[in-house]
Amino acid sequence: MKRATLFAAIAALAAGAIALQANSQGPKIKVGLMLPYSGTYAALGTAIENGFRLYVAEQGGKIGGREIEYFKVDDESDPSKATDNTNKLVKRDNVDVLIGTVHSGVAMAMAKVAKDNDTLLIVPNAGAAAVTGAMCGPNIFRSSFSNWQPGYAMGEVAAKRGYKKAVTITWKYAAGDESVGAFKEAFEKGGGQVVKELSLPFPNVEFQPLLTEIAATRPDIVYTFFAGGGAVKFVKDYAAAGLKASVPLLGAGFITDGTLEAQGADADGLLTTLHYGDGLDNAKDKVFRAAYEKAYKIQPDVYAVQGYDAAQMLAIGLNATKGDVTRKADFAKAIEAAKVDSPRGPFTMGASHNPVQDIYLRQVVGKENKVIGIATKALADPGRGCKM
Amino acid sequence: MDVATFLVQCLNAVQYGLLLFLVASGLTLIFGIMGVINLAHGSFYMIGAYMAYALVPAFAPHAGWGFFAALAAGLVIAVILGYMLEWAFFSFLYERDHLQQVLMTYGLILVFEELRSLLAGDDVHGVKAPDWLSGSVALGDLMTYPVYRLFISAVCVALAAGMYVVISRTRLGMMIRAGSSNREMVQSLGIDVRLLYRVMFAAGVALAALAGMLAAPVSSVYPGMGNQVLIICFVVVVIGGIGSVRGALAAALLVGVVDTFGKVLFPQAAGVLVYVLMALVLLWKPGGLFKAT
Repeated sequence: MKRATLFAAIAALAAGAIALQANSQGPKIKVGLMLPYSGTYAALGTAIENGFRLYVAEQGGKIGGREIEYFKVDDESDPSKATDNTNKLVKRDNVDVLIGTVHSGVAMAMAKVAKDNDTLLIVPNAGAAAVTGAMCGPNIFRSSFSNWQPGYAMGEVAAKRGYKKAVTITWKYAAGDESVGAFKEAFEKGGGQVVKELSLPFPNVEFQPLLTEIAATRPDIVYTFFAGGGAVKFVKDYAAAGLKASVPLLGAGFITDGTLEAQGADADGLLTTLHYGDGLDNAKDKVFRAAYEKAYKIQPDVYAVQGYDAAQMLAIGLNATKGDVTRKADFAKAIEAAKVDSPRGPFTMGASHNPVQDIYLRQVVGKENKVIGIATKALADPGRGCKM
Repeated sequence: MDVATFLVQCLNAVQYGLLLFLVASGLTLIFGIMGVINLAHGSFYMIGAYMAYALVPAFAPHAGWGFFAALAAGLVIAVILGYMLEWAFFSFLYERDHLQQVLMTYGLILVFEELRSLLAGDDVHGVKAPDWLSGSVALGDLMTYPVYRLFISAVCVALAAGMYVVISRTRLGMMIRAGSSNREMVQSLGIDVRLLYRVMFAAGVALAALAGMLAAPVSSVYPGMGNQVLIICFVVVVIGGIGSVRGALAAALLVGVVDTFGKVLFPQAAGVLVYVLMALVLLWKPGGLFKAT
């Protein structure tokens, strides 16, 4: 008797659970947010999610006529857990679309899983070339940039300004190599020459020996790719070594993004290239900034923009398919044909699903990355190795 | 590489080596003499850096000496923290095996990282060096060298000398050395080993925190900074001989030289050279360069 009631209770519970599940599966679209919510990149993950939710809220909480249900996983920026984490969202939660992530290594694992399961993936930051290169696919999109883009644009700027001799310095890892390689490609095409390529293991920050090398080489300029704590220390060490005054420092935008408070006066006047910046002269950006600040009480950054645009791209695809995620071909076609009205300025999708966008030339003034011009207009990533 | 460049690189190597020594010396005390594998040592370094970030602005109004007042305050906090941690956690670990020590100290890393995230956020911060130390000196016409870095080196040399004197010339040092080789015997001679260890652990924590505070103006303050120094510190301790302060100094300088010139001369292999050095030293002298003090 006792056992029977127990079984009955379990059965009732199970039925309830199934009912709940059925309910949640209804008309809602399942969005899997796989972002860093802890560790070095935690602030970036939060900004991306904020941007994404802001756009959804602006649409009245619905995209393609369907409400949204979020599933969140903290990817910890740990590539070794990336496949498992992505599988949790894809296999366990059955998400319709994956959004993520910041770390390139994790994003590659996500792309692999998305490809194997034919799940939609929108990458809102990671700039690894392979995501829209060798690993590209009809269901994989990027709302941010490729590492190649800012580097190439800066190479053009440096060559146009008449610099001849450059030294590059970065961490020895994929993002650094890709950025520096792109700079070299454009700079040497424009008549300059990269005389020395310095690197140190990631995430080592003992720059002093390499700064001494730079001083001994006496180049016209130095091009650099660092981010986060390393970026702060490099800029400060560069100034302390007395090089800032004699050898201009150029960099991909990450060297001064979100780090200006800590870098202080040592960053003043630095030139960087990125697809976003402060003081953009477009109405969309002003509206976006005001709305973001109102909703979250902080200023948006480039990551928030990328999250916002990831949601926009999802909306473009879903509006075209009337909320039906299974019509992948129509979804992709809509995004490929669209002009995304981004706060960074409108952009289109390249053949390999990376944004074709203006890369801005920015200068550090006070605590801002002021946009002082366009480094390269409508720059498209070459999408090397992409077969679609 | 011409002579001037070479000399500057030597300076870089020594300067980096001395900073490594400062962090590693605390580790070699705790690891070598007390026998506890303390993975949380990097966290103490991080705590030091964040204390500098929090305390330096608070003491800033006191002209050029505010920085040192902040250092002193930070040291006091670090000693208290070390003392409490030993009482609450580490005193239970001496008799346990290494796996349990690793588990608990790894747990502490997670706790400290999370606390850091809650209290100070995940942004990168800078710490201002005192004005009269923030200038640079010219090294020939090659480049300039920040005075603050030279100041750190001077502090490290002074500390190394101080530790040497305390450990080999004072009564306290004698008790420490005796306690490391035979705990029971020292106890039976009427010395309170528990108190001795507690004080030593506090000193180890204070050394790591001091290193963090001193390094904060040049390295900036950011999440995960502790884990970066932890591995290289273990390398230094192992090369130098576990428990030997003298060995830690020699090994730190050696690692500084190998790392500096490795980066310049063999950039492709820079990441592994230090570990190759460790492997070679251990092949030659399995116990490290020096015996425990």
